[in-house]
Amino acid sequence: MAMELELTSPFDVAKDAVLAIQEYARLAGQSVGNFFRRPVYWGDILQQADLIGVGSLPIVVLSGLSIGALLALNSASTLERFGGITLIGQLVSSSMVTELGPLITGLMVSGRNASGMASELGSMIVTEQIDAMRALGTDPSKKLVTPRVAATVFMLFFLTIISDLLGLAGGFAVANLLFGLDSRQYWSNAWQTLVFRDVFMGLVKPVLFGFIIATIGCYYGMSTRGGTQGVGRSTTQAVVTSSVLILVVDFFVTKAIFAMLGYR
Amino acid sequence: MSAPTLPIEDPAVQQGDSSADAVVFDNVSIAFEESIVLDGVSFHLPRGETKALFGVAGSGKSTTLKLTLGLMKPDGGRIFLLGQEVTSMSEQELFELRRRVGIVFQESALFDSLKVRENVAFRLMEEHLSEEEIDRRVREALRFVELERTIDMYPSELSGGMRRRVAIARAIITQPEALLYDSPTGGLDPVTSNTIVELIVKQRDVYKTSALMVTHRLQDAFTMATHQFDKDSNKMVPLPKGQRSEVPMSFLILRDGKIIFDGDMRELATSRDPYIREYIS
Repeated sequence: MAMELELTSPFDVAKDAVLAIQEYARLAGQSVGNFFRRPVYWGDILQQADLIGVGSLPIVVLSGLSIGALLALNSASTLERFGGITLIGQLVSSSMVTELGPLITGLMVSGRNASGMASELGSMIVTEQIDAMRALGTDPSKKLVTPRVAATVFMLFFLTIISDLLGLAGGFAVANLLFGLDSRQYWSNAWQTLVFRDVFMGLVKPVLFGFIIATIGCYYGMSTRGGTQGVGRSTTQAVVTSSVLILVVDFFVTKAIFAMLGYR
Repeated sequence: MSAPTLPIEDPAVQQGDSSADAVVFDNVSIAFEESIVLDGVSFHLPRGETKALFGVAGSGKSTTLKLTLGLMKPDGGRIFLLGQEVTSMSEQELFELRRRVGIVFQESALFDSLKVRENVAFRLMEEHLSEEEIDRRVREALRFVELERTIDMYPSELSGGMRRRVAIARAIITQPEALLYDSPTGGLDPVTSNTIVELIVKQRDVYKTSALMVTHRLQDAFTMATHQFDKDSNKMVPLPKGQRSEVPMSFLILRDGKIIFDGDMRELATSRDPYIREYIS
């Protein structure tokens, strides 16, 4: 099918971008504000927690184990050269807890759930189900958006902890089986290296990433236009935007926490 | 065909709203980008009356229904629904008002992840009624549209006509004061269309519900204007010619964003406007 390309003025592009940011901010603000306005759909929150949290468990388990193992494998050769193979637990632990655990879990959950939310809500938009819900006197923001945001934030927090632990286990498997590192040496090193800042950073990030994943997924879903093609477009945009935002926010959060806790 | 009864009281009496009109459009305009859809449209729908909206595709019929319910905001003018000004209400205020109105969307708009029971009971579940009460009322509403057997099915398992009837059951379950139908018989076979027309006539004559009905099918509206629902035989019966003017039914035709006709069947049949003559021929 031949398509005509239209030139859009930079002014219109800027106007659309500002409008999109405004709409996103409104949706994100409402998703939090709805917690203080009745009704709160606890049943839907639980259902979403099951779909998002339990449903994401296999990919989080696999990615956590793999990342931990790969980290140990890649760093071991360098550490061995300097005779520091015993530090492998320290390296895996601090990398997993502060950075890779939250980041990889965030990206995995984003790929699975931001796309799911955008396509589900997008399909509901194009089939007038969202209009039907509004017509039936129910606020879609309360019924659909807030439960997804709450469930993602809550579940990503615990998924990240699981990913961190499995990353450490993966690292241990490599260190022990391939490099013959003693179990006590690995785990005591891994445990002792962690300070408050690392744990704090590792637990703040999933909360922010969860919020980004759910609000971006819902935003693109709720702003879907143009039938099934529009649903596809929203799905792709939701994954790309949430993944990029996670990376950008990750950098600034890390920097902010370092600054806040007097480091660098 | 006959449909079972649904024990619904007169909603207008129930609510005690004194407004004489169910819907009022006052100089309403709306445009999408460069295209003007409604241009200074004014009409009113008296309580208890059914008004059929006609017009070619894209003439603003469905938009009129969405504006009525506040699902869209007009660029100009005022809209009143059940005595309240929709155009000046916030979305939160509109949720309350919408609970007094039912709507049947063009493609039914059933929630595809919910079963028929949950679709029909959606409003009742939001009101936290007891399971027994919900079950009783859902079965009554489904019996009204003769689809009680589909209660545990998903919308994807139903035919187009069945989905439309489930959508009607969902719209009427809370005994609304006004109903909005968007092409309720569009794309359906004549037998199913007739079943739906009969349900609409029953809602109009037995429960005195005000209704705006968008349709492309002139014959459906004519059937509604020439028939009434007979409670005794529990079916729709044709009226003798002399009594047809008593039917609370009117017609409205939109063209190029404006109303070119608003009146009853007799006025429509005697109109000399060439466009209307061609439209109804």
